Amino acid sequence: MALDIENPIEGSFQIIGGNFDNAGEASSQLKNRLLELNVNDDIIRRATIATFEAEMNVIIYAAAGRLNFVITPTQIQIRIEDMGPGIENIEQAMTEGYSTAPEWVRAMGWGAGMGLPNMKKNSDVFKIDSVIGEGTTIEMTLNLT
Amino acid sequence: MTLGEIIDILDATVITDSVDLSINIRSGCSADMMSTVMYYHTADSLLITGLSQPSVIRTAEIAGIKTIVFVLDKIPDENIIELARQKNIPLLRTSFCMYTASGRLFQAGLPSCLGK
Ligand SMILES: Nc1ncnc2c1ncn2[C@@H]1O[C@H](COP(=O)(O)OP(=O)(O)O)[C@@H](O)[C@H]1O
Ligand SMILES: [Mg+2]
Repeated sequence: MALDIENPIEGSFQIIGGNFDNAGEASSQLKNRLLELNVNDDIIRRATIATFEAEMNVIIYAAAGRLNFVITPTQIQIRIEDMGPGIENIEQAMTEGYSTAPEWVRAMGWGAGMGLPNMKKNSDVFKIDSVIGEGTTIEMTLNLT
Repeated sequence: MTLGEIIDILDATVITDSVDLSINIRSGCSADMMSTVMYYHTADSLLITGLSQPSVIRTAEIAGIKTIVFVLDKIPDENIIELARQKNIPLLRTSFCMYTASGRLFQAGLPSCLGK
């Protein structure tokens, strides 16, 4: 069902590397926006699982990043950009179970190597682009109709 | 299975004060890795975990998990309990280990999120 909105709704969140205490805050706020717009529960869940995983990767691996979203009547468009080390081998990083997360991150419940697979699984369009020494950009789209 | 039945089966203590015992839970998942929870979750499920980090509550909020059970009587920090209250996610603790807690619920008829 297309959303009954006149103009696209946009939002942006800053994500700070290493800030585990606030992890998931951006996704939680996005969830509230989508609930207000009466988006279907299953789509909300898919969108926020995808953004939560992307947020976590910025927190774990990068110095800082930004999550931008645009909600149109027919789509949720999400873009997460970070300033970080970049990913050398994207194909390997996309493999289920592949992780370079250190032990202390695993002890906090992250580093299962399922984050990028989760993003791909839950979005209708998934794009990842990374430059070593500069950072990583992920773009995801979920269709509302 | 209702939350009330689950509390009985696990001989559990409710950590967040007021809970609705009639909440219906349809399946369960036992894990300490949050991405695994999100990969296999289904809505209206319960999470059994030994981990008591804030991200457990966030994961539950986002994955549509209705209640969290901490095993081996782990009590999370007050700020985590407060976050769960805000998100309206009941927290329980049980003295059973993850294996026994999962086994008891499974035996009582609560299926796995994954269906196998
Ligand atoms: N934003 C990022 N910057 C640098 N490396 C990343 C980033 N995102 C993912 N990676 C790399 O890809 C791997 C797999 O990521 P992911 O699937 O999210 O699993 P996990 O975070 O559990 O390791 C990570 O372990 C890391 O090596
Ligand atoms: Mg990850």
